[in-house]
Amino acid sequence: MHRFANPTRFLRIANAILPWSVAVMVLSLAVGLVHGLVLSPPDYQQGETVRIMYVHVPASWMALFVYTAMAVASFVYLVWKHPVADLAARASAPVGAAFTVISLTTGALWGKPMWGAWWVWDARLTSMLILLFLYLGYMALAGAFDDRQRGSKAAALLALVGWVNIPIIKFSVDWWNTLHQPASVNPVGDSGIAIDGSMLVPLFAMALAFKAYYVTTMLMGIRREIAAAKARTLRLAEVQG
Amino acid sequence: MTRKKRRLYFVSLGLLALGAATALMLGAMGDSLLYFYSPSDLAERPVAEGQRFRLGGLVEEGSVDKAGDTVRFVVTDMVNTVPVVYTGILPDLFREGQGVVTEGHLDAGGTFSAANVLAKHDETYMPKEVADSLKDSGYWQEGADGPPAGAPAAAQGAVRAYQ
Repeated sequence: MHRFANPTRFLRIANAILPWSVAVMVLSLAVGLVHGLVLSPPDYQQGETVRIMYVHVPASWMALFVYTAMAVASFVYLVWKHPVADLAARASAPVGAAFTVISLTTGALWGKPMWGAWWVWDARLTSMLILLFLYLGYMALAGAFDDRQRGSKAAALLALVGWVNIPIIKFSVDWWNTLHQPASVNPVGDSGIAIDGSMLVPLFAMALAFKAYYVTTMLMGIRREIAAAKARTLRLAEVQG
Repeated sequence: MTRKKRRLYFVSLGLLALGAATALMLGAMGDSLLYFYSPSDLAERPVAEGQRFRLGGLVEEGSVDKAGDTVRFVVTDMVNTVPVVYTGILPDLFREGQGVVTEGHLDAGGTFSAANVLAKHDETYMPKEVADSLKDSGYWQEGADGPPAGAPAAAQGAVRAYQ
């Protein structure tokens, strides 16, 4: 763990990963879009509307995944005070918030024709909206202090406390009656995968593209933050010298 | 104990306490988090006449009766049933065997008078050809076959069963 805490070493690793993550993102996005929009068949009930799923489901997965990554980074920052962990958490928040917005809007666009309502206050939709507010709260708190470290600490605590919402979102459809359907892709458990193979290709390709996008933006975000920190130190040295 | 260790225990203990508190809270909130009642929930805990709530389940096969704008149907969870009357536009996915969530109130005769009807979609996605061949080969599970094995019937009603 400590090996990655050194910004210089981290930059070397990040610069090595970046071209690969960009390549994976572009390739899988191309495959996902072509399959999702053209090659995959319409659904037997939903017709062409099923194509919204290829954005909605991967975006929702990312909303939960990015928050979990942010919470882990916050934990590492709070306990071991690794500066790079703080940067990773800060760089994750806007990406996660964006995926949450995508999930909520595509869900609404699907809900109107399928359910007959843009929005309902069931457990799944409500907990997802709370997730968006957690992301926004994290960003606001992280930037609210003149002393950057105090902002990092407060925001990291919020990220950890807010993590209780993640299992609630995931299992809301199993624990309570909701209008939202239960999960279609369940690697563990007896229900298995309730999506036809021809529709899984675009789904997983888009999921991979979103993951690669997250890795790319996070690494670039950390790189930017390290550069900004260097610039701050230099300016400070100039003023004092 | 080093400061790092102390912080580690402190943060971990805090998270554990928080998790326990959340679990207790969700347990205590219980039914208030349900988006709808199934006909069996209704049989167990009757709702006062005229009180607004949501009723969810499957549209019973052969129960839909349309007269002008008014439609009558029966919502079932394969155990209990509730007759529903509704006037208005139905969602595209509404049909017999399909899951629905309706909002309204019970009238004196025990009929649920719905103010709106939402279609509940299931988690199954497949192309039309696959659905047709499943029906041809007899592997198709319509609602009447009962919930699939392992479905948490108590928690979900039989709403998962209409795939």
